[in-house]
Parts: sequence; C-alpha cells; structure tokens
Amino acid sequence: MRRTAASIARSVGRGEAGAAEITEEILALSERANPSVGAYLTITADLARAHARRVDERVAAGESLPLAGVPLAVKDNMCLTGTRTTCASKILADWTAPYTATAVQRLLDAGAIPIGKTNLDEFAMGSSCENSALGVTRNPWDLERVPGGSSGGSVAAVAAGMAAIATGSDTGGSIREPAAFCGVVGFKPTYGRISRYGLIAFASSLDQIGPISLTVEDSALAYDVMAGKDPFDATSVDLVADATAPALRDDLKGVRVGIVREFDLAGLDADVRACYEAAYKDLERLGAELVEVSLPTADYGVATYYLIAPAECSSNLARFDGVRYGLRVDGPDVGAMYEATRAAGFGPEVKRRILIGTHALSSGYYDAYYVRAQKARTLVAADFARAFEACDAIACPSAASAAFRFNAKSDPYSMYLMDYYTIPMSLAGLPALSVPCGYVQPPDASRPLPLGLQLTAPAFAERALLGIAHAYEAGTRHAAQMEPAGLAEVGA
Amino acid sequence: MNGQTYEAVIGIECHVELRTETKMFCGCRNVFGAEPNTNVCPVCLGMPGALPVPNRVALEHTIRAGLAFAAEIPAYSKFDRKNYFYPDMPKDYQISQYDMPITSGGVVEYVLDDGTRKSCRLTRIHLEEDTGKSTHGGSSDGRIAGSAFSLVDFNRAGVPLMECVSEPDIRSAAEAVAFLEALKRTFVALGVSDVKMEEGSLRCDANVSIRPAGATEYGTKTEIKNMNSFRSVFRAIESEIARQEAILRDGGRIVQETRGWDEVTGTTHSMRSKEEAHDYRYFPDPDLTPIELTPAEIDRMRPRAEDLPQHMLAVLVAENVPVKRAHQIVDDAGLAAFYRSVAAKTKAPAATANFLLADPARLANESGTPVHEGLSERAAVELIQLVAAGTIGSKTLKAVLERVWGTGESPAEIVEREGLAQVSDRGAVEAYVRDVLAAQGKSVADYRAGKTNVLQFLKGQVMKTSGGKADPVLVEELLKESLSATP
Repeated sequence: MRRTAASIARSVGRGEAGAAEITEEILALSERANPSVGAYLTITADLARAHARRVDERVAAGESLPLAGVPLAVKDNMCLTGTRTTCASKILADWTAPYTATAVQRLLDAGAIPIGKTNLDEFAMGSSCENSALGVTRNPWDLERVPGGSSGGSVAAVAAGMAAIATGSDTGGSIREPAAFCGVVGFKPTYGRISRYGLIAFASSLDQIGPISLTVEDSALAYDVMAGKDPFDATSVDLVADATAPALRDDLKGVRVGIVREFDLAGLDADVRACYEAAYKDLERLGAELVEVSLPTADYGVATYYLIAPAECSSNLARFDGVRYGLRVDGPDVGAMYEATRAAGFGPEVKRRILIGTHALSSGYYDAYYVRAQKARTLVAADFARAFEACDAIACPSAASAAFRFNAKSDPYSMYLMDYYTIPMSLAGLPALSVPCGYVQPPDASRPLPLGLQLTAPAFAERALLGIAHAYEAGTRHAAQMEPAGLAEVGA
Repeated sequence: MNGQTYEAVIGIECHVELRTETKMFCGCRNVFGAEPNTNVCPVCLGMPGALPVPNRVALEHTIRAGLAFAAEIPAYSKFDRKNYFYPDMPKDYQISQYDMPITSGGVVEYVLDDGTRKSCRLTRIHLEEDTGKSTHGGSSDGRIAGSAFSLVDFNRAGVPLMECVSEPDIRSAAEAVAFLEALKRTFVALGVSDVKMEEGSLRCDANVSIRPAGATEYGTKTEIKNMNSFRSVFRAIESEIARQEAILRDGGRIVQETRGWDEVTGTTHSMRSKEEAHDYRYFPDPDLTPIELTPAEIDRMRPRAEDLPQHMLAVLVAENVPVKRAHQIVDDAGLAAFYRSVAAKTKAPAATANFLLADPARLANESGTPVHEGLSERAAVELIQLVAAGTIGSKTLKAVLERVWGTGESPAEIVEREGLAQVSDRGAVEAYVRDVLAAQGKSVADYRAGKTNVLQFLKGQVMKTSGGKADPVLVEELLKESLSATP
C-alpha cells in the first residue's frame, strides 16, 4: 500500500505512528522490491534508522515537522554526507560525499528519512535510465520497460512505494518525463528556486532540483521545504517563496490555460493523442478557459539544448580527472593518467556530450554554436513571456509516448527527442510539472501505462502552478484509479 | 654587424594575490604558509556538486585598484571559465574573466630616480582564482617532466587573484621596475594586497620585443616568465633585450615564444612556442551571476586622491623633496603617515623629509623600531623647528634625538632645561670671534696671505670657545667679515 507524504507526516506528527516503525516497513519493502525494480543504487538503512530515531525524539519533544517520518529517496547525483554518491558512473562508483546538498539537508531537517540513493542515467544524461553504469531500473508499471530518465530511480522508488518523496534533478526534462512514465507527480521549479549546492552538475544553467511524489500536495510540501535562497549557491534567488501547500485549489474557475499551437498532437499515436485531448477537455470542464498560444521557437529547443548542455557539461565534468577523488587509472605521466581514467570512467553518452560540448566551445566554433544557442535560448524565453500575456499556465504533453521497452531507442537522436516537450521550459528556466493524466495500452504492452500532462507557469509562479495541478488532479483522480501492475510481482 | 640602435617595447602582465580574510569563492582562510591542505573545503577542492560564491571584498579590492589608476569600471562584468587540465587546478577550469573584466583602461604614472616622469597605460585588471601549488619530486630540475611523484597543496587554490595587464608602453628594464613599484605601492597603500614577490603574492611576466629606434611597427615579442624579484625582472629584461639585439644584428629572426628566466645563469631559455598555445574554451561561468554595479556603488569604492601614493609622491616632489626620498617615504606606509602629520605641523615638507630619512631612519634601522614608533610626533616637530630656527645645530640634534628616541621626552624642554640652545646672538658670537682672532695671530696672517683654508680651523676654535653652542653659520659669516676687514 503506497502512502502519501502528507498522510505519513500527519500520523507521525500526531503520534499515531512512529517514524522508526514506518522506516522499518519501508526498508523491508525496499529490500524485497529493489532487486527487481532497481530504484536504489544504495539503501542507507543505518542512516535511515538513525534519522527515524531522531525524528521520533523531536516529535516527542513537541517539534512540528512538515515531513516527519516521510521516507525519502535521494537521486544519486546529490551529496549526502557519509554515503556513496555515484552519479551512476564508474568514475564515482566508490566516492563518499563529504558534505550534504542544501536541498537534501532541508528535507532531512524537516523530518524526512533518507532511505537510499537512486539510480539515474550517468551524470543525469539520458531519458530512460539506461545510461546508468551501475544498474538497471525497471518501470514498476511494466518491468520490461524503462522508468524514463534521468531521474528513473527516483520515480520508480515513489511509484513502487519505496519512498513517499524523492528528489529529482531536471536539466531538460529529467524529472517530468520519468514522472510521466511512472505515473507520479514530478515538479521542476523555476531555475534558482532551489539551491543546487551539492547537486553534481551536468549543465549548471539548466539543472534544477525538484520533488517527485504520488500527489501534487506532497510535491508542494517538499517544495516548500526545499525552496529558498542558499548562501552557498550564487544562482539561488533571494525571493520570498510563499508556502504553496496551503494555496492548493480544487477548481480552475477564472484560470486561462494556454494550448501551444506548435505542439501539434497529430504526430502522436492515436490513443496518446486522445488521452491528451481528453486532459485538455478536463481542464475546461473544471472551469479553465482554454486559449491558443504560440511558441514559434519551441521547435529549436532540442537543437539549442544539445549545444548549451553539452558545452557546460564538458567543463563541469573536467574535474573527474583521477587526481583528487574517484576512479584513477594510472599511466606513465599525468596526461596519460587523465586519458586512461576518463576513458575507463565515463560511459559512451557522457563521452559523446563532452565531445560535442568541447567542440561547441572551441576556438572558431564558439560563435557559431554556443553564442547562437544562447541567442536562441533568449528567443525561447521571449516566446513564453509573450504566451503568458494571454494565459496563466500552459498545458502540453510531458512526453510523446508512454514508457518504452529497453533498448528501443538505440540511436541517440531519437532519445534526445524524448525531451522535445520538456526542453523549452528548461531553456526558459520556467516552473513546470508532470501530473498523471490517464493511461494507454500500446500494442506491444500487456497492461496499461500512464501518461503525464505537463503544466508550465511563468517564472516564480510555483504557487499558482501547484494550485492548478492540484485542481486537475482532484478533478480527474487518474493516479488514484490504478496502482502499478508490477508491484505485486516485486513484492511491494 | 651593423650600427643600428634598437628600442625595447615592453608590456607587463602581473598577478597579485588579494589580501582578504577568505578565499575568492569559499569561506576558507586566505593565509600564506599554513600546513599543506589545511585551508580547504569542498568548494576550493573542486568536489562534485560544490559551487562558487564570490567574495565581495575581493570584488571591492579590484575595483578600488582600478579606480586608483583612473580605470573605467563597467556597469556590467562577468566571470568566465578558462578550461585546461592541470593537477593543481581542482576543477580543471579556472574561474577568471575573459571579455568583460571588472576594470578596463587606466594609467600608471611613475617617476624614475633621475626625476623623469613616465606613464604606462593599463589594458585591464581582472579578477580570478589562484591555483594550488605543485611540488615535483625525483626529477633533477624540480619540473614535472621526469619527476617520480608530485605533491599538491590546495591551500592557495581559490585565493583571489588580480591580473593586471599593461599596454606595451614601457621602454626599458628600469621603467618596468618603476612601473611595478608604482603598482606595488598603490596596492599596499589601498590595503588590497601585501604584494610580496617572495611569497608569490606578486608574480609577473614581461612581454619583450625590440624594434629599430624610430620605427612604429612592433617587433616579434617573447614572453618572459619565472622572475621572482624586482631585481630579476630588471636583469631578465636586460638580458632578453640583449639577446634579441644580438639575433637581429646577426640577421636572424625572433621566434614568438615563452621564455623562462634563469636566475643562476642570468639568461632566458625557451619554454614553449606559440604553436603549442592552448584553446582555453572560455565561456561565461553559469554558476555565477553577472557583476552589476551602479555609479553610486562605484563612487563609494573610489579611493580619495590624498590616500593614493602617486598623489603623495607628486605633492612631495612639488614640495622639492628629492625623488628618491619621496619614494622612500611613500613606500613605507607607517613612515608616510607619520611624515604627513609631522609635515602638516612643521609646514616644511622638504626639511621634514630630509630630517626623517637621516638620523631617525638610521636609528630605526639600528634599533628595529620604525621611525613612527621610536619618535613621537611632537618630538619630531620640535626637533625640526629647533633646527629651522637655528636653536640647535646638527651635533645637538643628534644628541637630543637619541635621548628622546623611545622615551617620548620633549626635545624643546631638554634644550631649554640644559641650555643646549645655539648662541645666535650677534654680539655674543662677535665676542667669541674677537677672542679667537686675538689669540690666533698666525692663522689670521696666513688667511690674509691667501691661505683661506685656515678659515675652517678658526671656525673650529670659535665653536670650541663657545662650548659648541655658537651658530656655525653665523660664526663663519662673522669670521669672514672680521678677516676681510682692514686690520
């Protein structure tokens, strides 16, 4: 039985259940289910028990903790003191973090219990979790399918009930696409809302931490805890983040929802298209006014993203050189050591992006690639700004399909296109989330698979965004209708 | 061989470690000489996930340094990443500034010892982070090539570093040193850096080329590195100019390259040629937001002209303080402040400078106590005034100075109490002169016969008779008067 963070925090806060007891249940479930699902790379049982004891003491002492006893899964590209933090890469396979990421620390301070570190595409580069060098994560709805990525382990952990809240990181869709694939809520706040300190960088100007949960309310609870200025992250914004959880609404009266003209659904499979069209109708039924908006440059999103993100990654990943930490493969001199270490430590997709990015930044190409991509990025942001003159939020698919089978996307470019609907929001730095919006059963599937509706709001309008998502969720209850079919098989 | 004369064209690039409590992008202490790898944290070690946060004081130091030389401070500047692999650079990129430095332009003015005024334009001053420090073991020359192992100390990694780049306005080794000294005294006066070459808080490279005298085109330049004192800067540039001249005289061509200065052999040697130059792949650092400044913020950071050494130097020179003395005063912050307050009271700048740099400077040297601590302001003022008024002579000055050094006693009171005042009364001195001339008939006759050098002997006799108190100037004047009078 999957439980929401809100219900756990409520019962622990009222003394109806102990954090220690809930933690033992979740650890037992995780020990049973994780070998099949592969959500966790590391289960931090001792740390979880220690935190649970501490939370029970704090609650007993009368402290009010918004996430008391809530089992937390931490994506393994976020530092947690004393735990192995791998980025699902051989180059960090044995690295123990000496400090804790700010966002994770805030969740722990609020009473969350760290159950483990979750799998991801290596260094968060991928859309299926298949680029992990350290393990396979399976979609709890169908174990033959990918969970999506890069936050595949985090969404699988929440979908399988191995955590009530998971942290994800989203650079071009890495929270939203897997959340859609696994039928959970995945929320990427505005760039700068949540500190990146302790998040191992992929593309710094795009990376953003966000919550993954069963419900919109849970995401709001976790977001409220994580959001806010951090003196350790110069790009975190110094704006008051009003608590969003109390502002959740149940109807959409007076809300204008933009439907993007350029996001033509005609190219999608008929049942997928029907599902999204039904979702738009539901928005209308709940009181929203649908308006057509235009994002003329959205089509350039993927191309733009695949210059900026690799450029930043080529620099961010330079530090994995075998000198101070992580894998070292010795060579006759320091240059040979670098080459041998990086050749052995990085997987093919990471190497591909480092090469693309190195090329895009190199002398003679910088203006043609990196500078042009930055200009395109400005145009994408300007498109959104114009669109938001006519609407309060934009609705569109989180992904073009439901979860696919392993090895279905062997050519990198077809994988890159998985983020077609999520990349423009990342380029513009906007808050966006995926909320379950129904199910489809592709011909090659033996059971229904979830789809996600993506909702996007203007920068720093998280409160409005979560409110709209909550109203949609309450008015449709897609997630509540079905549980992942794989749960019984894996003993969850 | 030909008789062509050449002109050197020199530009300087120097790195100045800023004096701040903490490093450029983290909270680690910025101190020299700590145990290796003790002032480090996830940020300056380039740990996965760590992020830089700029040090506001370092930004202000750099802006103040620029403003001191009338540089322009743009309203908008940014940090960039300079990408290259090196074991002592934790992130394998250096946070620096590429095309939008925090200060641009400016002029450094300086006076050579012979009084010639020169100036050199600054291209820019930008802010960056220092690297760690490598020590290579097991090789003959301490270089990485052929070494058996390398040790890295990251205490210096992330220390704020200003890079100052000059235009090629410098024409000699002596000017290069004068330029660096001008930078140094300004940075020290502003408190932005200790500027100690021996501790590496000032490191400098020189771009050197030569061209036929009168030519307007630049010759091919070489970049000289590894100079670790002002003296080695001077020697290295002289040596490089001579090397280039010899090549051109022999009909050869200069190769554009980086050359290392060897202190022992006194020559430069080739380190790498331009073809091996890196592609640093600069791009704006996405972890840092742009630096935006309002005119009001910039104005608040502007140093007051009177606090700048070049201003004080100009004032001193205008007040007829000799250039060398003026530099000596300005280069010693304690002495400079002391000089300023003393000169303000004596209203005699040159006399004050001459006084402070003579006997008090000697005493300071011998005792290890700086002048402004050995001597009270009141004592200095009184001594200068006693001399200026003719109340005491140089001998009494020395004696009284030694008594008040470190005691705080009043020289005027000592002179008064002990009757050390010079006798300047014309009548009294005339009486001494009369007595001596009466007793020294032979010398008087010698003088009148043309042996004028006996005057000094006679003067000594008068001083002796007066117990050393007669005003020597007046003594000489009256002696000459009496001796030239018809007997």
